[in-house]
Amino acid sequence: MALKTIRWLLWVPLILFVGFVALVASGLVTPSTHEIRSQLIGKPLPDFALPPALPAKPGLARVELGQGKPRLVNIFASWCVPCATESAQLATLKRAGVEIDGIAIRDRPEDLTRFLGRYGDPYARIGADRDSSVQMALGSSGVPETFVIDGAGVIRLQHVGEIRPEHVAGILAAVEAAK
Amino acid sequence: MTAELGLAALWLAAALALLQLALAAMALAGREELLNGVRPVAVVQAVLALLAFAVLIRLFVVVDLSVELVALNDASTKPLLYRFAGAWGNHEGSMLMWVAILGLSGACVALLERRLPERTLVATLGTQAAIGLGFYAFLLFASNPFQRLVPAPAEGQGLNPLLQDPGLAFHPPTLYLGYVGLSIAFSFACGALLTRQVDAALARAMRPWVLGAWVFLTLGITAGSYWAYYELGWGGWWFWDPVENASLMPWLAATALLHSVAVLATRDSLRAWTVMLAVVAFSMSMIGTFLVRSGILTSVHAFAVDPRRGAFILVLLALYIGGALALFAARAGTVQEGRTFEPVSREGSLVANNLLLSAILGIVLVGTLYPLLAEAVTGEKLSVGPPYFNAAAGPLALLLVTIMVAGPLLRWRRDRLAALGRRVALPAGLALAALIALLVAAPGVRLLPLLGLVLAAGVALGSLAPLWGRNLRRTPMFTWGMVIGHLGVAVALAGMASESAFTRETLVALAPGQTAQVGPWRIRFDAVEPIAGPNWTALEATLQADRGGAPLLLKPQARFFPSPPTETSEAAIATRWDGQLYTVIGKGDEAGRWQLRLWWKPFVTLIWLGGALIAVGGVLSLLGRVRRERRAAERLAWL
Amino acid sequence: MKAKNQRLTLALLALAAIVGAALLAASALRDQAAYFYTPADARRLGVEPGRSVRLGGMVEGGSIRRSPDGVTIAFTVTDGQATVPVSFRGIVPDLFKERSGVVAEGHFTPTGSFVADTILAKHDERYMPPQVAGAMHESDSLDTDAKVRAK
Repeated sequence: MALKTIRWLLWVPLILFVGFVALVASGLVTPSTHEIRSQLIGKPLPDFALPPALPAKPGLARVELGQGKPRLVNIFASWCVPCATESAQLATLKRAGVEIDGIAIRDRPEDLTRFLGRYGDPYARIGADRDSSVQMALGSSGVPETFVIDGAGVIRLQHVGEIRPEHVAGILAAVEAAK
Repeated sequence: MTAELGLAALWLAAALALLQLALAAMALAGREELLNGVRPVAVVQAVLALLAFAVLIRLFVVVDLSVELVALNDASTKPLLYRFAGAWGNHEGSMLMWVAILGLSGACVALLERRLPERTLVATLGTQAAIGLGFYAFLLFASNPFQRLVPAPAEGQGLNPLLQDPGLAFHPPTLYLGYVGLSIAFSFACGALLTRQVDAALARAMRPWVLGAWVFLTLGITAGSYWAYYELGWGGWWFWDPVENASLMPWLAATALLHSVAVLATRDSLRAWTVMLAVVAFSMSMIGTFLVRSGILTSVHAFAVDPRRGAFILVLLALYIGGALALFAARAGTVQEGRTFEPVSREGSLVANNLLLSAILGIVLVGTLYPLLAEAVTGEKLSVGPPYFNAAAGPLALLLVTIMVAGPLLRWRRDRLAALGRRVALPAGLALAALIALLVAAPGVRLLPLLGLVLAAGVALGSLAPLWGRNLRRTPMFTWGMVIGHLGVAVALAGMASESAFTRETLVALAPGQTAQVGPWRIRFDAVEPIAGPNWTALEATLQADRGGAPLLLKPQARFFPSPPTETSEAAIATRWDGQLYTVIGKGDEAGRWQLRLWWKPFVTLIWLGGALIAVGGVLSLLGRVRRERRAAERLAWL
Repeated sequence: MKAKNQRLTLALLALAAIVGAALLAASALRDQAAYFYTPADARRLGVEPGRSVRLGGMVEGGSIRRSPDGVTIAFTVTDGQATVPVSFRGIVPDLFKERSGVVAEGHFTPTGSFVADTILAKHDERYMPPQVAGAMHESDSLDTDAKVRAK
């Protein structure tokens, strides 16, 4: 009797560990609900007007978005590593005919010039958001982040994080749907 | 070119780990002639892994920006020390350090271990190779530290400013030596189960390795606690954060193992339990690495950490820990029963020690995982912080410390309670005196710190009791080790309780020339001036602290790092024999005033002094054990 | 004591320790775990005054008031549906500002306002949740994030 009980008890650690693995595996596969999504999807953009981030390019204001054509607004910064890695995807999107505007977060013109020189410049306009206030107003919590704005100035999609090659098709579809 | 050398060394090390595993498996399956081939392979594998790690350090020191990891985490403007230590201040580099230490552990066993039966040793090295193989694969396929970046940028991204501290150079390597050093006990346990050699000889062989890893772990946790204390500027020394818990859990398991291994080595009891603890201790190291590395507990935005990496490590964990526990369940039933003992005995107290440590470990683990569990089951978001851990683990820890006094005063196998009572009368009397003194002199101390202070007094005296009536010169070094280790626990406990009971805190906004009072100190705020460092600028306040005698000058800073834009707070700390004065500067306002946060923390330094004493105790025990065994071996050779 | 019995006793003791620890943990968690509320959640569900919780939302524009002592501030946290007045004594983190995300640790008073012991500002440079910001990180995780917190 005693021996049998012990044999049985020896499996307890393994059973507890299987429970642990199941728990963390479920945590790994289910996307977290903590993620702070913009409350503004499906709503018109808030009003804003940003000064030019570079002398050679116009800044970005609310009135320039929603003029009949869908546009991409990319929130980025020269000091942000993932922003450099998504440059190839932004170039692909631009080649596909998507118009892209940028909002540079807490950046300096000389850093920005160097960044765009190295990784390419897909932007029609770049607004300088020196204190992240427009970023916050858009409901974005970090860089990079990309919004699809339809012809009426309504936010259609918020892409959190860098755009990877596998995301390009989805963003193009959202732009197409926003037409 | 250099980066490719490192990558090649890593691939070769992985191939040798595979070879080591295959040789060990074949040797155990009956090809006895292969037994001798395993040790050399383990040594060469370690050399290659260490070479790969050395190459990475070199890349960081010379700032080779054509390597992605260097470009992301290094900068030529950084001082040499941080370029050097920056090699492990990031995910890939720290994982490479992890496997390099794993290889080193295997090589140490291969070179130094002569007590185990050869078959058990080969099974041990085979297990070590199997662990190494998985983590080499993780590095090579999911986090290659030598990835090139084309085109190479002109300047690197720099190091997180909070990491720019001398602590980075020493703290992670120490902690990792502890974490990964526990792999040796794990492999011993698996090797012994595979070859059915669970006995006192196994425990005697395992003990120095456990002690060594445990010393590093103790030092690493102590140093980490002090680092967090002065670097974060929050005035606390332990935050019950998942990352801290990840280092505490293996320490709790290793401490339990250390004590149960003593029972097995001396009395040949607790065989299966000791083997399980050896498995659990390193499992906790791996689980800690996983929890931190996968970002599952801390990160919400999954892209900060690649979820595939988390999944990869989880699969490795499931294989190794699951495999070891299954092996345990299948084989431990066949392990012969060890010798028996009475409940009131040295063994009995060590069992109580083990049960309490396991319960505390369970509480920490549950608290750490609970937010995940709650979210998975009910979808509720919550956080578990210090109130939970203090309330649940605190009382058990105090009970544990009490038993710690009694344990060394009990005889092996059988003892009488009355005899124990006579031996602890003096420490108990001192504790009672401390209680009365505290109630009179400092009424209003909360219960937990009060008990802590009282126990610390009793335990400090009680931990010395094993030396009473002994010839101190002839007392073995490992007994000194135990006494000093236990004394360290009392010292640390006194520091924690004193910090909790007597800390004084003042938060004020002052204009230059004004003063504030914190505890016995009168602080005068003289000025705020901008200053510039190598890659930061700061606002530095000048404070004069005075409590009679020579005034102290303190200069807390609010630092600003431009790339990436970050602000950090550099606390200014003045250490006196009876405590520390801790000062932080906050924001200025329109009226020209500055926020200042001031703490007077009596005897807070005892916390880390105690931690260091515990580690010293471990070192003495280790040396004492090794010396005694060498003498025994010489005597045997003489015969 | 007979060998087999002692072994069984020890095994059962170990099991009892695990179960005991789990029960102790569960009861302590019921009292001590800090739940996360948005202002709308707090209004809808009602939070027991004095219980330690976390409140998350945005700092409402124009709501930050500094009191004459220089170390106490009052502001309003909103989630677009409800608002909660918050008071805090201490040094706020760099990233704490109007119209930005914030998580406050503390408790509700019987009148429905919130007293914060700790302010965690959302770290906006990389994607890090408020929960992380409060976390202590050693080298292990520092590569991915930084700490922003004031107590």
